[in-house]
Parts: sequence; C-alpha cells; structure tokens
Amino acid sequence: MPHDQHDHDHDHHGTSPSGHPYRHDNDEALTYWQRMEIAVRELLIEKGVTTAAEIAAQIDLMDSRSPANGAAVVARAWTDPAFKQRLLANAGDASREMGFDIGPLHLIAVENTADTHNLIVCTLCSCYPRNLLGLPPDWYKTRAYRSRAVREPRAVLTEFGVDVPQDSTIRVHDSTADMRYIVLPARPAGTENLSVEELAAWVTRDCMIGTALPRAPQVVSTGA
Amino acid sequence: MADRVRVRAFMPPGHVRAPAYLRGKTGVIERSLGAFGNPEQLAYGLPADKKPLYRVRFTMAELWGNAAERPDDTLDAEIYAHWLEEVPDHAP
Amino acid sequence: MEGHDFALWEKRVDALMVLCSSKGHFTVDGLRRALEDMGADAFEKHSYYERWIAAVNQNLIEDGVYTLEELATRMDEVAARGATYGEAAHG
Repeated sequence: MPHDQHDHDHDHHGTSPSGHPYRHDNDEALTYWQRMEIAVRELLIEKGVTTAAEIAAQIDLMDSRSPANGAAVVARAWTDPAFKQRLLANAGDASREMGFDIGPLHLIAVENTADTHNLIVCTLCSCYPRNLLGLPPDWYKTRAYRSRAVREPRAVLTEFGVDVPQDSTIRVHDSTADMRYIVLPARPAGTENLSVEELAAWVTRDCMIGTALPRAPQVVSTGA
Repeated sequence: MADRVRVRAFMPPGHVRAPAYLRGKTGVIERSLGAFGNPEQLAYGLPADKKPLYRVRFTMAELWGNAAERPDDTLDAEIYAHWLEEVPDHAP
Repeated sequence: MEGHDFALWEKRVDALMVLCSSKGHFTVDGLRRALEDMGADAFEKHSYYERWIAAVNQNLIEDGVYTLEELATRMDEVAARGATYGEAAHG
C-alpha cells in the first residue's frame, strides 16, 4: 500500500479561456449518482433546508482541514509536556485550544512509546478524525484494510514499511462508536534542536493513523 | 460495570455498533467514555436513550486464538453497556 | 488506492451529509444503517460517495423533506440538461 500524498495538485489542470481552472470532473459523462446529487441538492435548496452558499462554505471548511492540523498538535505535544498531558486527557479540547475548529468531535490521542505502537481503523464504516485531519485516504476505507488491520496488524504494517519489533505491543483501535482516534507518534531521536514548526514537517497523515513513523521531510520537486 | 466483560453474542438484524467479530469475546474495561445516544434508535430516526459507552480492550489471543500474530497485542473498541455482560473474576 | 482529490460532486455529497445531519434531518447512524441495508454487493458495485448520496437520499425521503416523485421528476429534468456533470449541474 503506497502512502505518499498527492493532495495538492487539484485545480492545476489548465485554465479555461475565461481564466478559471477547469474542473476535470465536470466534463465527464453524467452518471446516475451525479444526477441524484444534483436533484437532492436542488430540492434541499428549494425547500429552504440549506443554501448554495452554505454548501460552498461547508466544502471550503472541509478543504481547509488537513493533516497539517494534526501535525501541529503532535509537534506541540513533543515540545510542551503540559500540553501533552492535556492532549492525552482530552485530545478534542487540546486541539480546540490550538484554534482548530473540530466541531463536536470526540477525539482520543493514543501514544506510541518505546514498547507500544498504535494503529487506527474503523471496521464498520470509515470513521476518521476528519474534523481535524480532513477526509481519510482511500485505502483507509477499503475492505482489505478494515478487515486486516484488526486481524493481522503486523502484516499490514510491514506492507506500509513499518516493522514493529516482536517485543513491542501493538494496540489496534477500532473506532466503533462515538470516539475518533489520533496516534501521537514518538518523537524521533536526533530532533532535539528542531523548532516546533520544523518538527511538524516530520509528521505525516499516516503517522497519525499509525501506518507510518515520523521521518525527516523529503525535498519535494514542484511542478510535477 | 465489572472490570472483565463479555460482549453479548446476540445477532439481531439491523444497525448495531458492536462489531460481529467481537461478539461473545471477553475483554477488560480500558476506560469509561460517558453516555451517548443509543445508535440502535438513532439509526431509525427515533428519540434515543443515553447509554453508557466503554472502551474495552481485548487480546489478539482472545479474538483470533492460535491465528493471532502475537497473542499479547491488543484491540480496543467502544462498546455500549447494553452490549456488555459482567464476567465474574476467577481465582488466578 | 491512494487518496485522490475528490470531484466536486463528491465534495457536495459530503457537504450535504454534514449539513443535513447538523440540521437534524438524520443522524450518522441513520446513514450507516442505510449503507448497511444496501447489502454487500453495493460495496463492490458503487463508489464511496455513490453509496453516501444513496444513503443521504434514503434518509431525507424517510424524514419527509421531499417525496420520491419530486426526486424522480428532478432527476429526469437534470438528465435533460446535458451529457456532462458540468452541463447538468449548470456548472
């Protein structure tokens, strides 16, 4: 399972004659489900349930959420022991304290240590700390991940490139009801002199799901 | 709620948040989470009673027997109190 | 398998799900129940947001927000507007 993000290349597929970016999804053949989405949305607006502006604002809000929010929380916990205690006591309130609008989300942070590795899954559907990290990756929603993470987490982690030693305990967390989970990874050795902003760059989305470990940020070539 | 609990092994039709793979399995209460609307009512648009919710920790040995990758690895899940039954503590 | 950018119609489904549940027209549990009731093959045959718009619609019908006749009529009108999502959604 690959685990690099390509979330930043949207709206760069060229520009229309009027100067607006093309939405490639708008130019494909209309599907039955797209017809349903259009019809439902129009009926909701006509019935006064919502407005086009409210829908657009909700999309913008969701687009503004990203793993960078969680990375900032993790880096703060690495550098501020009192904050870390608050995060482990109530991760929702600790995230709100940093200014993240996570709505009614009930969030629990689980800490990786020298002898414990945590892994998050939702076997029943696709529960994910979306109000902090944005929408989940596609692989998180697959049947393969959802069924295997609880049964053979070590094999799954090996495929992600994470080898957990046999003398360490894996704790898998199945988001079965009202809680959502975020992994607080262990701070890597050799990062003592980094600033909180530099540390945040070590924390990827997958680190906070438990399918990766923090690592030095790689130089990304732009324009690819 | 006792420390040791078993997930009730009922298999009713309809929407239930206790995953099938945990039903009938024994674990320990990891923490109490407070009371939340019963999803079995919420799912059908009904007014929902507040039900206590617990995080229960199971060993992989309990869930998968000899097929467990490492018996002492654990799985935590949130289970509503009405899906849990107390397991008396046995002498060691 | 990797996270892609979602299409506009998918983001709209997500927004409708969040907005209608925050306004009390259904709960996340109601959506999950509708998703489960679609049966195992729905998971194989339909994409994630295809299943979610179906679940949103099912719950809105049950809540009486609009009728099946209104939905069917509007879906027909939408189809007549054009061959692509952009045309049918009026951009």
